[in-house]
Amino acid sequence: MAEKLYIEALREGLREEMIRDENVFIIGEDVGLYGGAFGVTKGLFEEFGENRIIDTPISEAAIAGAAVGAALCGMRPVAEIMFFDFFTIAMDQLVNQGAKNRYMFGGKAKVPMVIRGPMGCGTGAAAQHSQSFPSVLAHFPGLKLVMPATPYDVKGLIKSAIRDDNPVVFAEHKLLYWTKGEVPEGDYTVPIGKADVKRQGKDITIVAGSIMVPRSLEAAQKLEEEGIDVEVMDIRSLKPLDLQTVVSSVKKTGRVLIVEDDPISYGWGAEVAAGIVGSEAFDYLDAPVKRLAGLDIPIPYNPNLEKHAVPQVPNIIDAVKEVLR
Amino acid sequence: MTLTREKRLWMYQKMLEIRNFELEVDRLFKANMIWGTCHLSVGQEASAVGSIAALEERDMITSTHRGHGHCIAKGGRLPQMFAELLGKETGYCRGRGGSMHIADLELGNLGANGIVGAGIPIATGAALASKLKKDGKVTLCFFGDGATSQGAFHEAVNLASVMKLPVVYVCENNLYGMSVPFRKASAVENAADRAKAYNIPGIVVDGNDVEAIYEVVKEAVERARRGEGPSLIEAKTYRWLGHSKSDPRVYRTREEEEEWKQRCPIKRYRQQLISEGVDEEDLEKIEKDVEKAIQEALEFAQNSPEPKVEEIMDGVYA
Repeated sequence: MAEKLYIEALREGLREEMIRDENVFIIGEDVGLYGGAFGVTKGLFEEFGENRIIDTPISEAAIAGAAVGAALCGMRPVAEIMFFDFFTIAMDQLVNQGAKNRYMFGGKAKVPMVIRGPMGCGTGAAAQHSQSFPSVLAHFPGLKLVMPATPYDVKGLIKSAIRDDNPVVFAEHKLLYWTKGEVPEGDYTVPIGKADVKRQGKDITIVAGSIMVPRSLEAAQKLEEEGIDVEVMDIRSLKPLDLQTVVSSVKKTGRVLIVEDDPISYGWGAEVAAGIVGSEAFDYLDAPVKRLAGLDIPIPYNPNLEKHAVPQVPNIIDAVKEVLR
Repeated sequence: MTLTREKRLWMYQKMLEIRNFELEVDRLFKANMIWGTCHLSVGQEASAVGSIAALEERDMITSTHRGHGHCIAKGGRLPQMFAELLGKETGYCRGRGGSMHIADLELGNLGANGIVGAGIPIATGAALASKLKKDGKVTLCFFGDGATSQGAFHEAVNLASVMKLPVVYVCENNLYGMSVPFRKASAVENAADRAKAYNIPGIVVDGNDVEAIYEVVKEAVERARRGEGPSLIEAKTYRWLGHSKSDPRVYRTREEEEEWKQRCPIKRYRQQLISEGVDEEDLEKIEKDVEKAIQEALEFAQNSPEPKVEEIMDGVYA
């Protein structure tokens, strides 16, 4: 199997879906000739032309709304929001329209759209270009939300998201774009709503999402040298949330650390923690459930401050040891 | 103008259906039989009917919180509408949506909307779908004067203009955004003046003259279908009743209301049709038929079952 970058795998998934289904199109800011602010759509404009790779004015509400309208009419739009922070500008169309249409129309409409964008800090872009807030969007009934962490998953999940008949928020972390991993050629899908054990272990379960998956895997590798056997679970989808897989793992290890990129308050880790303690896994817990997440601050600019705003590998290692103490 | 007798009678009938439907809804409201709130378009029937008369059956619309008229003119079924307002299982939205969320996708009605201006990007997206699919459809987008102050209006109309999308924007200017007069909410005199900013035609029309509306919308629809892009049409009209229930209407005078009631679009059209040779008996027959249809529709709704609580989770996801 070939090793590919996350960004290449994502592009490959988009491209294959556009070839497979002529109703798929991409709409967003600078997605055309420029290839997207991060280069996700590079080359697609040349291949598919301006009718299917649509550059828009700087109008996030219109991008999201046009995607909702086109999806209601049977298209399968993939809308790119340049930075995850800009989802806020598209919120009404996403939350009050796309997410609610089907239910409030009595279960009749389908809104098969994907809205995707890069979240996360680590590039010095400061508070308005760095926040991760997938938990916010996972709160709205009617939306699905995935946040693939590996090149394999990003290709498989973008295909599932495009083929899904519901609005799917596709949260990428910008530091993941340049990570490498094995990606099969051709068509395969990864199911939405399934967590994935990325590393087997018996001493403790780390439940992580997005960028925190590779960081947790790195921490696990270092902990192995100290004789600690960590299981790393990639939550992968926040909505629907696969609690069953988490519960099974916790029943096996008896200990759990949840690692998130979002600010800690009201983050998805609280949902997972509540799910664990409210399940049969509660009886198997040998230590309190621990959460490690971003600080409750806007992301600061200074590189050292920025690094301290969200969990890093040493923080994960320390937190694991704390749970095992 | 090439309006056939049949089409003219259809327009008269649809305006009457809207008027009678909404007056019935008003009665039900006052009798506490309708839950929540709803917004009536009594007095504004001509803009809904005249605009939709200019569409082909396959064309699409997006509607507003004041959307009963748009739905009826697009062929919406009265029994399902009443049933929805009564929150019944047989309603358009199985009782999940109420007045502000009625949609009939099979008829090309992409839905009323509880968020002012939010239908404008959606209509634009529907038009984008038509352009990509080359299906020849036009989307007609209704909104009120208040919506032209929303950011979504600017974003979507600008996008439609630069992409030359087959969409017609119809602003029903009833002079008040809830209580605030349009002249206080807008820096330009006419909503249609904003068309200049998007380099598209902006046309003001008498919103109580159903044939005048038909004529200007028809031209805009043809232009859109030719691939020449959107137009912005402003129909100046007036809502006779309050914004929603429990509106004491302190922001306008009873004299002003009376003045507008003198310009009733339905009474006016009736006189016009008779003066142009339509037999009054034919109109009376329509009036009777509409009254009967309204009563039958209401009966259907009242006799319909409530939605089941066990099915409350249905329809969130496809």
